Amino acid sequence: MLLLDLFFTFFVIGFVSFGGGYAMIPLIQEEAVHRHGWLDAQQFTDIIAVAGMSPGPIATNIAIFIGVQEAGFLGAVVAAAGMVLPSLLIILGVGMVFFRIYQNKWLQSSFYGLRSIITGLIIYAAIIFAVNNGLVSSLSWFTVSQLLIFIGSLAALLIFRKHPVYIIIVSGLVGIAVYG
Amino acid sequence: MLCCRGDYEMKKNGELLWSIFITFLKIGPVTFGGGYAMIPVIEREVVERRKWLQTQDIADIFAVAESVPGAIAINSATFIGYRIAGIRGALAAMFGILLPTFCIIVLMSIFFLQLKGHPKMEAAFVAIRATIVALIAYAAIKIGKTAAVDITSVGLIALTVILMYFGHSFIHPVLLIFGGAIAGIVIVLIRQKLGCKTHLKQKEQVFDYMI
Repeated sequence: MLLLDLFFTFFVIGFVSFGGGYAMIPLIQEEAVHRHGWLDAQQFTDIIAVAGMSPGPIATNIAIFIGVQEAGFLGAVVAAAGMVLPSLLIILGVGMVFFRIYQNKWLQSSFYGLRSIITGLIIYAAIIFAVNNGLVSSLSWFTVSQLLIFIGSLAALLIFRKHPVYIIIVSGLVGIAVYG
Repeated sequence: MLCCRGDYEMKKNGELLWSIFITFLKIGPVTFGGGYAMIPVIEREVVERRKWLQTQDIADIFAVAESVPGAIAINSATFIGYRIAGIRGALAAMFGILLPTFCIIVLMSIFFLQLKGHPKMEAAFVAIRATIVALIAYAAIKIGKTAAVDITSVGLIALTVILMYFGHSFIHPVLLIFGGAIAGIVIVLIRQKLGCKTHLKQKEQVFDYMI
């Protein structure tokens, strides 16, 4: 059952999606690319691009896109439901309790470990994507151009503090000019 | 007369749920800039205009919304809805915040899948893929700044990357996430025994663009 598969996959991911969408990339990749074979690595990168260009949470957007691709509109509904149902359950269930124990030392201690793991997962995602997209391969004109786009984009984010949507659009135009 | 009052309350309740839904429906597209871009808009709508909650409530709600799993935008909307009108309020707010972005991403996916294979589109995405790597690297730098507070946490980060890189075929990331939470508690306990202090409290407003 594809719809059930979509729902449960994103339901599980929704429950552990700490630290924002990008930390969930290795997880979604593991499930959608490796385990279920819904898409390949390059399609996955493209989906992240489209998800990043749309308003709304990145991870939820990725889930909806995969849902559309796999099972049309119903797939999108099911994937979105899977992704946000944990939020609802957590807010209703532990939200109020959490409010009181937020300052709790053990909770804060677990965040200490969690933050490191989340950072590691995001770094891993960056490495995997760099490898998959030929950013780190033998020296060629293509590799150099990709590295330049990478450095330019990172500088635009870090130094010039441009909005990601703006950077993705400019990058697309550069792509049409350079590779078109 | 009791039934009439009940009818009136139900109508009032329905109106409240409707206005919660509409309020978050309007806020939905603002989440373009990440969950935190919502805060000023939520303050204006929920605190100043509707007077449902107070500014301090919003701050507390965001503190919880960013700490529990899930997207900050959805978590905070759901939580605010819950504080105003219970479970039905939570559902109204969640549907409101989700509906516009859901429609936009569905349309964009269909549009993208249609245009796929077009040479100009392919060329654009060859460049965009490199930009996505930069976006992920940027996310790593931003969250890394709050995570890497001492040598142990840097070690944990490195260990995660190594485990994922060499063991991704048999180590599921979910396991690492739970392992990380337990490791955090164990590390703090050991340090306590040794008489060292751990720098715990971190201002966590680093997830902009990463909702």
